[in-house]
Amino acid sequence: MSGKLDLDPALVRRARQLARRAGKPVVDLARSHTTVSVERAVLRLAGVTGADADGIPLVNRLVDAVVADVGLGHGVALPVVEAATREGVDDLTLLAQKAAAGSVRFEVPSGRAATAARRAARRAVGAGITRIDKRRAERDRLIKRHGDPDQRPWIYLIVATGDIYEDIPQAQAAAREGADIIAVIRSTGQSLLDYVPEGATREGFAGTYATQENFRLMRAALDESSRELGRYVRLTNYASGLCMPEIATLAGLERLDMMLNDSMYGILFRDINPIRTFVDQRFSRQIHARAGIIINTGEDNYLTTADAVEAAHTVTVSQLLNEYFAHEAGLADWQLGLGHAFEINPDLPESFRLELAHALLARELFPHAPLKWMPPTKHMTGDVFRGNLLDGFFNLAGTMTGQGILLVGMMTEAVVTPWLSDRDIALQNVRYVLNAAGGLHEDFVPAPGGFIQRRANHVLGEAVDLLERIVDDTLLNAIADGTFGITKRPADRGKGLDGVARHEAGYYNPATEILEGEQ
Amino acid sequence: MSTVIRPYGDTTGDGMVQLSFTLPVPCDKRAEGAALQLAGKMGLDPAMVVHAKQMGEGFTFFVVYGRVNHLVDLSEVVVAERDFPLLSPHEVNALVKRRLRRELVVVGACIGTDAHTVGIDAILNVKGIAGEKGLEYYRELRVVNLGSQVAVPDLVEAARAEKADAVLVSQVVTQRDAHLHNTREMSAAFREAVPADRRPLLVVGGPRFDELMAAELGVNRIFGRGTTPREVASYLVHALITQKAKAA
Repeated sequence: MSGKLDLDPALVRRARQLARRAGKPVVDLARSHTTVSVERAVLRLAGVTGADADGIPLVNRLVDAVVADVGLGHGVALPVVEAATREGVDDLTLLAQKAAAGSVRFEVPSGRAATAARRAARRAVGAGITRIDKRRAERDRLIKRHGDPDQRPWIYLIVATGDIYEDIPQAQAAAREGADIIAVIRSTGQSLLDYVPEGATREGFAGTYATQENFRLMRAALDESSRELGRYVRLTNYASGLCMPEIATLAGLERLDMMLNDSMYGILFRDINPIRTFVDQRFSRQIHARAGIIINTGEDNYLTTADAVEAAHTVTVSQLLNEYFAHEAGLADWQLGLGHAFEINPDLPESFRLELAHALLARELFPHAPLKWMPPTKHMTGDVFRGNLLDGFFNLAGTMTGQGILLVGMMTEAVVTPWLSDRDIALQNVRYVLNAAGGLHEDFVPAPGGFIQRRANHVLGEAVDLLERIVDDTLLNAIADGTFGITKRPADRGKGLDGVARHEAGYYNPATEILEGEQ
Repeated sequence: MSTVIRPYGDTTGDGMVQLSFTLPVPCDKRAEGAALQLAGKMGLDPAMVVHAKQMGEGFTFFVVYGRVNHLVDLSEVVVAERDFPLLSPHEVNALVKRRLRRELVVVGACIGTDAHTVGIDAILNVKGIAGEKGLEYYRELRVVNLGSQVAVPDLVEAARAEKADAVLVSQVVTQRDAHLHNTREMSAAFREAVPADRRPLLVVGGPRFDELMAAELGVNRIFGRGTTPREVASYLVHALITQKAKAA
């Protein structure tokens, strides 16, 4: 490894090797289990849409009906297609309606019926994946036409009103003011819903529901903005929580460009069952890989709950695990928006040098990943003047260390949801720094053997130590024991466990087959 | 010492303040006039627009400095006191560690048919709410979140098995006063099953509760809309540690 930190290449190799060893058993687990949400995602790819009169999505009704008759472990594709053939129903949405009314019986086909069902299921799901492929090609075309942002890092701004029709003008205004990426924050608690709401939504709590229709509306609005501004404006949402595979699928179908997608966030911060999460994770990442979506991982969260100096190495460990899981699922380096954050207590002496060391470590460890650089939140107070200064230093660290995606910090963090003027001031801050020091990363070479180099190497060393402990203990046990700080999450506890099943002999998932065949 | 004061810029009694705001008009002479008119109505006289900047199509951001003529009489200041001090997570942990000398156990659930775990999750999950981490984040608290639709007997049993110091129940659904009904059932069950000296602190929360109804519903405390994890943690420490010490 060349680079600015003089990292020991053998140690870097060792870190990756350990991450692979820690992650492999979890991948094996993911390959041998399915979940209700994975199966619902398969049905969405096969074209099942809409909801019943109570607002429950038909994919939920159909999966529930199959599970009631034959369980989850065979996957739903074969029982559904077999029933459709037997009932003489071409349209699977129609079959779902009948199943919801209780008038369809499901069975697991065998012999020639199974072969025929496999072929038909693969065709139906293949049509959904072809739609995702077309959306990806469309994105490539639009990027070619309108162009990428002129500068790196790309500027990432959040909107969150709860009402998609309010979000749209706000997002378009933010794009006009310089945002390259718009993220629509989800309503509080959506991650714990075991279904994806339907339709355009106008009410949410501190955010807007992720629905297919909301995705479509916002993407169409930003396509308009891209035309107007002459650069392709990207759209981000959250593939996390109990419906991660379905949200990823909807993102692919509606040409979202980036998705928050962390391997362990749901387990640690939302108490979602670890196995449920890892199974859902793998499927959602395979979809993201296929859809050309850039994932953003959630390492910033570790630093909001633990001390950012003491826990710096947990970020590195999580990045290495996220990288392994991402590569395994078929994501390329350019799709890895690995996360990290500017969260060191500003009262600490040399806090900025420590930030530079940590940020540069991520940059050097993952030279081809875009890296998602997250602004200070934990040490933001009501003192908006100090907050604006801190955000300026955050922006400076971002450009000095060549970060790929910069989430714009708000001086009113922890005070109000950003006002129009807060956003304007924040963007002014970013523009000043990028204009004044946009090329500084070329000149910024830490002194050999100096503070920054020593600190970065120290953190890498701690990360390797922690990875060794995780490998010895196994990742699932490490999570159960509370190794990742804060709280213990045993594999037999947590939300969504009842929606997990081990594969039975003959389990068939045409989506996985197609997605893995392409790797 | 005089109890009448006014803002301080650089001289005692100068009354100088600074404020910023946005008006939904494009930036021009008329906009500045509008900003001055607003400042005047807010009691700034004289007022100076020191900065005006257009944002987007039809908005202008202003920074205004000016002198207010209002006086503040300190003797008339009334402060509403919470009946327990608001503590930081660090203070909560320190008090539990020093005074209780073991983990403080909290069992939480949504009871009855209520499947809305948003409230209990916001208070308990590490993720928390409104920038505050949930109770799981507090190292000295042990949190057992039983989730939704927990039957009252199961809650009592779990509280006993976990040796709960406090039981947190969240209720969102209020159809036919289900939240009041469920709460009464829960408190009665604890009264029946657990002797008073070993009964956990009973706390309920939800957007439609009247915080003054605690005694009537047989619980120790009710939290309403907008409650944050830190308030709950501070209350638990107050009720289980600080106040107990005073009573003893």
